[in-house]
Amino acid sequence: MTDLTLNGIPVIDTFAEAFDVAGTAIVITNDTAKWAMIAAVTMTGFATSVIGCGAEAGIDCELSPDETPDGRPGVRVLLFGFEPNGLKDQLLKRVGQCILTCPGTACYAGVDGPTKIKLGGAIRYFGDGFAVAKRLTDPVTGKARRYWRIPVMDGEFLCEDFVRAVDGAVGGGNLLFLGRKHADTLKVAEIAVEAARAVPGAILPFPGGIVRSGSKVGARTKGMMASTNDAYCPTLKGRAGTELSAEVGVVLEIVIDALTSDAVAQSMRAALHAATEAGAAHGLVAVTAGNYGGNLGRHHYHLKNLLSKEPGSSEAGAA
Amino acid sequence: MSTLTLRQEPPERLDLLHVNPLSLRGLSEAEAARLPVGTSRHGLTLGDCFTLALDGSEDLVIEGGSSRLDRVGASLSGGRIRVVGDVGQRLGAGMQSGSVVVTGSAGPFAGSGATGGTITVEGDAGDHAGGAVYAAKAGLDGATLVIHGSAGDYLGDRMRRGLILVGRAGAHAGARMIAGTIAATSLGDHPGYGMRRGTILTGAVGALAPSFVETGTHDLVFLRLLARSLRPLSPTHADLAAGALKRYSGDLATLGKGELWVAAA
Repeated sequence: MTDLTLNGIPVIDTFAEAFDVAGTAIVITNDTAKWAMIAAVTMTGFATSVIGCGAEAGIDCELSPDETPDGRPGVRVLLFGFEPNGLKDQLLKRVGQCILTCPGTACYAGVDGPTKIKLGGAIRYFGDGFAVAKRLTDPVTGKARRYWRIPVMDGEFLCEDFVRAVDGAVGGGNLLFLGRKHADTLKVAEIAVEAARAVPGAILPFPGGIVRSGSKVGARTKGMMASTNDAYCPTLKGRAGTELSAEVGVVLEIVIDALTSDAVAQSMRAALHAATEAGAAHGLVAVTAGNYGGNLGRHHYHLKNLLSKEPGSSEAGAA
Repeated sequence: MSTLTLRQEPPERLDLLHVNPLSLRGLSEAEAARLPVGTSRHGLTLGDCFTLALDGSEDLVIEGGSSRLDRVGASLSGGRIRVVGDVGQRLGAGMQSGSVVVTGSAGPFAGSGATGGTITVEGDAGDHAGGAVYAAKAGLDGATLVIHGSAGDYLGDRMRRGLILVGRAGAHAGARMIAGTIAATSLGDHPGYGMRRGTILTGAVGALAPSFVETGTHDLVFLRLLARSLRPLSPTHADLAAGALKRYSGDLATLGKGELWVAAA
């Protein structure tokens, strides 16, 4: 592989392999930003990996009262699944258990797209026949939106009738930071996460946006779909197949899901630049990306295409 | 902009069902003048009553209204009609889209069965505005009906969907309402009589039916959405929705999923 550098940090000439996923966005509002965030954090819990959790979810951004349908503070949440049906199942469970239950919260569609997912129209059954629908004109778009009003013990839970899943959502953009010490590498990863999250429409679903247990497909144990990425485990250095040099003591990964492929590329670019800018001061050895040989995912984000600060003509494509 | 100018008060009621921008667009003035509009054996045509100036546009102005002009904008599926003056019964009945503006007053059953578009009456409207005609399943059915003045009794009777904005209305507003929203600055006696679902918002109200029960004051997200959706049409009604309100639930003699919001004293 060719040697690349950015801000003096070696960047391995490889690519991140990512997948087409079903994605949607919802807007959660509450009387206070604090309670909107509580609802959003609760809903996006246990949503790090679509394989183990059924969905990958995260907080896209906080919204001011001017940006929400009801004029209250809000949070936009992104949710991704393998396909729309699985996404719907997870959406219903998470809204039903985490948003419906949260005091003062309301829930709206957060993105337009071709696939309808019934939300309020399904959750209304909690209202035991007392729920009512209301169609009101959105003063911003001039289009009618239908809401369900479900009686609950603090008044009503208001939920939009349906949300939409987008075409072109991508899951699995990633970067691996190869460092010397845990604390330093964690700091680099945190800086990268902050930069990656600043891109609208992109989330990092793992704890704090960072994953330490990168995986490979399959395992030596029968029946395991995935197992530890032994090539990047520092305690397994020196064995055949390791990708780590002697100086690497820790590897941390960030994983990016977004509503568009462009957002994944932008998010990875922002993270790569931020990490390498901070890297020298924190003992960053190199940056690389994870892939499966290019055979599983349609979207390949080559790190060499992310070295410039401005987007190029084509950042993701088949290898 | 096409213009129809009324020559004099019509000698009989006129049915303008087929007089709208879309139907006139493909006609010459001579052809349009032959359109039948009379409702008696005399066989009155459009040209007998109006001076025509057509240009094929989507805007039609009817200069010189009369309470004998029935079904203005009825079944309209696009374009805009403006009537300078009064109109008769069934203004915009069964309308699907587009807009109708009447600078004067309208007769009974304005907006009956209208599924889309906007009907604006700058004066007053008669009884059963947005209400169902006899044997019809529903009154207003998705359109927006704005009455700047007052409306008669049975406003929105059996309405199923859509929005009615009115200054003042008579008794039995929202009677037998299936769903939809009525916002008024004041209403007469027994609003929502027999209503199943729907929302009635008012600044003042007469006597309530005994089958409505007060549920108290509530700070609901729905009211915020309602206020925001009303504001472009009427800041007065939007302020009403955003203010302190008492809620009554009813009509408990039927399904009981309707609600009446009254400004708290």
